[in-house]
Amino acid sequence: MAPTDSDLSGRPVVMDVFRFLPDEETEPRFQRYEIPYRDDDVVLDALNHIKAEVDATLSFRWACRMGVCGSCGMMVNGEPRLTCETFVNEFHPEPIRIEPLAHFPVARDLVINMEDFMDKLPTVKPWLVPADPKPIEEGEFLQSPAQLAAYKRFSMCINCMLCYSACPVYGLDETFIGPAALALAQRYNLDSRDGGKAERANVVTSHEGIWECTYVGDCTRVCPKEVDPAGAIQMAKLSYATDWVKSMLLPGG
Amino acid sequence: MDRHYVRKLPAMWWLRKRTYLVFMLRELTSVFVVAYALFLMVVIWRADDPGSFSGLFDALDSPVGLVLHAIVLAALLFHSITWINLTPKVLVLWRDDEQVDPRLIAGANYLGWAVASAVLAWLVLK
Amino acid sequence: MAGVEVTAESRPATPLWWLLFSAGGVMSAFFMPVTVFLTSIAVAADWLDEEELLDAVRHPLGRAYLFLLVSLSLFHGAHRFRYALVDLGLPWLGRRAWLFYGLATIGTVVCGWFVLRL
Repeated sequence: MAPTDSDLSGRPVVMDVFRFLPDEETEPRFQRYEIPYRDDDVVLDALNHIKAEVDATLSFRWACRMGVCGSCGMMVNGEPRLTCETFVNEFHPEPIRIEPLAHFPVARDLVINMEDFMDKLPTVKPWLVPADPKPIEEGEFLQSPAQLAAYKRFSMCINCMLCYSACPVYGLDETFIGPAALALAQRYNLDSRDGGKAERANVVTSHEGIWECTYVGDCTRVCPKEVDPAGAIQMAKLSYATDWVKSMLLPGG
Repeated sequence: MDRHYVRKLPAMWWLRKRTYLVFMLRELTSVFVVAYALFLMVVIWRADDPGSFSGLFDALDSPVGLVLHAIVLAALLFHSITWINLTPKVLVLWRDDEQVDPRLIAGANYLGWAVASAVLAWLVLK
Repeated sequence: MAGVEVTAESRPATPLWWLLFSAGGVMSAFFMPVTVFLTSIAVAADWLDEEELLDAVRHPLGRAYLFLLVSLSLFHGAHRFRYALVDLGLPWLGRRAWLFYGLATIGTVVCGWFVLRL
């Protein structure tokens, strides 16, 4: 017979948390914590409970607690998730295994070093590069709802890097520019106000760019904002390949 | 920079998740695509000489030939289905300021696949 | 850290290989299963005898069809298998692009010769 809710809520939440203290240890280890169960807790609440009540030495990042800032991403039972949006009751009473985001170097406990992503992001120029720049006094660049719809989905990225943790291509070779940055390049390429596609080409189509993507598709599956980086990258491949054919057929054009 | 702990992706990473495994199986259908293309080259090569073609035809009609074909067919059907399912991701179309439903694009591809198969079978078997 | 220096090395042929991979993907997805059906089930069920199959292969349209199917499928497979090797942890092999596209090109030339001499 299945246990009732009251039976379950009496059981503690068991958390197996990845610990790495670079000043004291050379190898990481898992530490088990048992904390009281509350039905509406998210994984981040549980971690904060540990930090406040059980073990103040545990380090992790978080800020907004509402799925916007993108700083609380961790591996929850092997899946990259925003811990502020992942409820404990999804796993309880089974143990929950918490690790830092995969594929990134670990600085301490659940804190990863995100320098690599931060360095890559500006290389794809994820900002408007207007084809015909105009002074602010001349007003804004107008856009129709259809022109907005063309890129809107790809603009929802919060730089949480869950997609990098889902991407084995990045895991195998960290020189790959990666899902979020390449999707952002395509987001601006698709923007009617933008004229920077050719400028982005040398990075986006480089050895580290779109052609390295083998369309595993897991970036899209784990994205908390439904950005679909995998789709954006395939669109970019078709778009740049079409440009290439045109440049072959119309030399100098 | 401070000392960091770097985790390496194990060689068998694609066995860790169902989505990864499906991806790898999808990519490895390429082995069967190439194998059957090479087999077709043998068919064309042997078609030069009816005597030689006779031996090949007997091999086709043997249990071993059928089993090998069945394995190849299973892999190729997986290739066709995964390929068509991913097509709307690459091919994003717009009509009258509205994005064409991805399911419509995939559906049109399935229809095209069925029609192409039927026409080819009819041309050869009629 | 690694990954900062994004090399802007030009890769002029890459879009060509990807377009051939895609064309071969469509061609093999649409036409290979029915072709397998013809050379297996149709033969075993006696819907297609030796004479008919030989005529189909030797027919000008049959030859053009087989050449296109074989050549594009080779380029499709070469590209996909090369990247699969990289993903399987064998970049020293998978990154030798010239080897895979070279073999597909040789296969295309040989297939063209087979088709033309029929």
